Amino acid sequence: MPEPLTYSEAIREAMAEEMRRDGRVFLMGEDVALYGGAFRVTRGLLDEFGPGRIRNTPISESGIVGAGIGAALVGMRPIVEIMFMDFITLAVDQLVNHASKYRFMYGEQARVPLVVRAPAGGHRGYGPTHSQCLERLFFSMPGIKIAAPSTPADARGLLKAAIRDDNPVLFVESKILYPSLGDRPEEQAFAGKDDDIIPLGRARVAREGEHISVIAYSEMVVQAVRAAEALEAEGISLEVIDLRTLAPLDMARVLESVGKTGRAIVAEEGHRTGGPGAEIACRIVESCFYELDAPVRRVAAMDVPVPVSPLLERRVLPSAFDIASAARHLMNEA
Amino acid sequence: MNTPADLYRKMALIREFEMRIDEMFATGRIRGTTHLSAGQEACAVGACAGLRCDDAVVSNHRGHGHFIATGGDPGAMMAEMMGKQTGYSRGRGGSQHMACFDIGFLGSNGITGGGLPVAVGAALGFKMQKTDRIVLCFFGDGASNQGTFHESLNLAAVWRLPIIFFCENNLYAMSTPMHDATAVENIAERGNAYTIAGEVIDGNDVIAVRDAVAGAAERVRGGSGPALIEAMTYRYLGHSKSDKCEYRTREEEQRWHERDPIKLYAARLRESGELDDGRIARIDAEVKQQVDEAVEFATTSPDPNPDELEGSVFA
Repeated sequence: MPEPLTYSEAIREAMAEEMRRDGRVFLMGEDVALYGGAFRVTRGLLDEFGPGRIRNTPISESGIVGAGIGAALVGMRPIVEIMFMDFITLAVDQLVNHASKYRFMYGEQARVPLVVRAPAGGHRGYGPTHSQCLERLFFSMPGIKIAAPSTPADARGLLKAAIRDDNPVLFVESKILYPSLGDRPEEQAFAGKDDDIIPLGRARVAREGEHISVIAYSEMVVQAVRAAEALEAEGISLEVIDLRTLAPLDMARVLESVGKTGRAIVAEEGHRTGGPGAEIACRIVESCFYELDAPVRRVAAMDVPVPVSPLLERRVLPSAFDIASAARHLMNEA
Repeated sequence: MNTPADLYRKMALIREFEMRIDEMFATGRIRGTTHLSAGQEACAVGACAGLRCDDAVVSNHRGHGHFIATGGDPGAMMAEMMGKQTGYSRGRGGSQHMACFDIGFLGSNGITGGGLPVAVGAALGFKMQKTDRIVLCFFGDGASNQGTFHESLNLAAVWRLPIIFFCENNLYAMSTPMHDATAVENIAERGNAYTIAGEVIDGNDVIAVRDAVAGAAERVRGGSGPALIEAMTYRYLGHSKSDKCEYRTREEEQRWHERDPIKLYAARLRESGELDDGRIARIDAEVKQQVDEAVEFATTSPDPNPDELEGSVFA
């Protein structure tokens, strides 16, 4: 049996496999070549693929995302790494006004097979401009897919699907999951299997349960599973739904679970106001209000920037503890 | 396709098309907004005449002329202006969002400076594909104050990409005179910061434009890295349809009308004997007819089907 890959290695392996398979796939980003990117995710790719396909770029997020769009338009399949997701703000115009709209606004002539990879999230003391979850900026934007894996297996399988997709895909990587190996066999990733691509738009049940559905993505899935384990002793059973992708959003899977449990917690690491959690909570209420035994609850970051101090950062960011408290409240309300 | 008569015909067609659109806006036959390029025809036609037919063009918000010069069909363009199903973008893009990938017209777009990085990426793609195709990107003097301009020139220079940055300097960014908002005397100087040799040319002389682009295309195609051309020109009409041109004088406008690109070229062709008055009058009548037909085609075309909306966002 081969050694399982970490989340970070799974991402690297997915890129390497797709680059071996398809000469049109290439990577560009700041310090991605020799250095391997700020988180060393791309380390080693330069040796195999050379500087033509592993391209170090200037610090020009708008320029390199735009260049990815242009290369995609003429038949390439670029992957652009944004060093920290916070820096994607500098490329918002290229994603919002260009990548996401070309297909529609040029009468379906265009294909933009572009993947933008971005390490997101806090818990590492990087402070307000290096800790954010900014998928919310694109979640309400038609024309851009968003994947946010929580396990090495999903990271590999979803990234391969993203690279093969003919549309722009924002690939949200959790910084603190990079060293993770995955706890259960189905969460582990191994190199070299070409058939375990995970289609975009299909949520998974990360843990079965009966009392409350916890809907989460990226690292919050890990927190939700942790909360579920802790609550077991109290007789509260959580079902954890890992969305895997925010766009397309697999609401059918979410509603199926909420229909069964009658209670829902939507958990996200981003700020509470106006994020994906708000939309998902709203859709649950719209679709199965009469099947709910209690109000839908949200677990999210406080509406303040992510601070550096460990004490403050822990207060601002949501955790398994917050999910567990929300779950206890929900059970008491019923 | 680039005989003197062709160059004249394309400029005349752009002028006729633009003036017709102006009139159709005034009479309410087209809604929304538009940015017309009357007065700048020599830039579009000369630049495209300097390219090979398999090269690519990236346009901006003032893109009708670029599209016609690249080979765009006036009927499908007019249909797009009128929001019809037969338009290049099926009525979703309108005046400033049209493309025809089959002829290498990679799109006009409404974000000033937004197309520059995309053009750089297309040039990167061509280079990685080991073709000798090149990209020409149209932009204005105003766009050169966007960060994307500087990022794009730097990126193209660092990677020695096959791209011509073609600036149509029409002296005003909407209402703002260039020198109120731009620290350099000429946009071409900005190339110096990126080791790109910039040249300033007469943008109302279609032959000067064609020759400058053809020369740059040869160098760029040969692997010399990007080129920057600044063509001095003037838009006759307002920035967009609501503009009354209060920021410039009638005298200034008159001076530029005296150097009208179409009249200048016609005079040169008469002088050299390449076209006579009769031939010119025939071409003028033919392009008028062509625009009449485009309007007729657009007017009688079906509206788009709203049921197709949701299926049209993703490939």
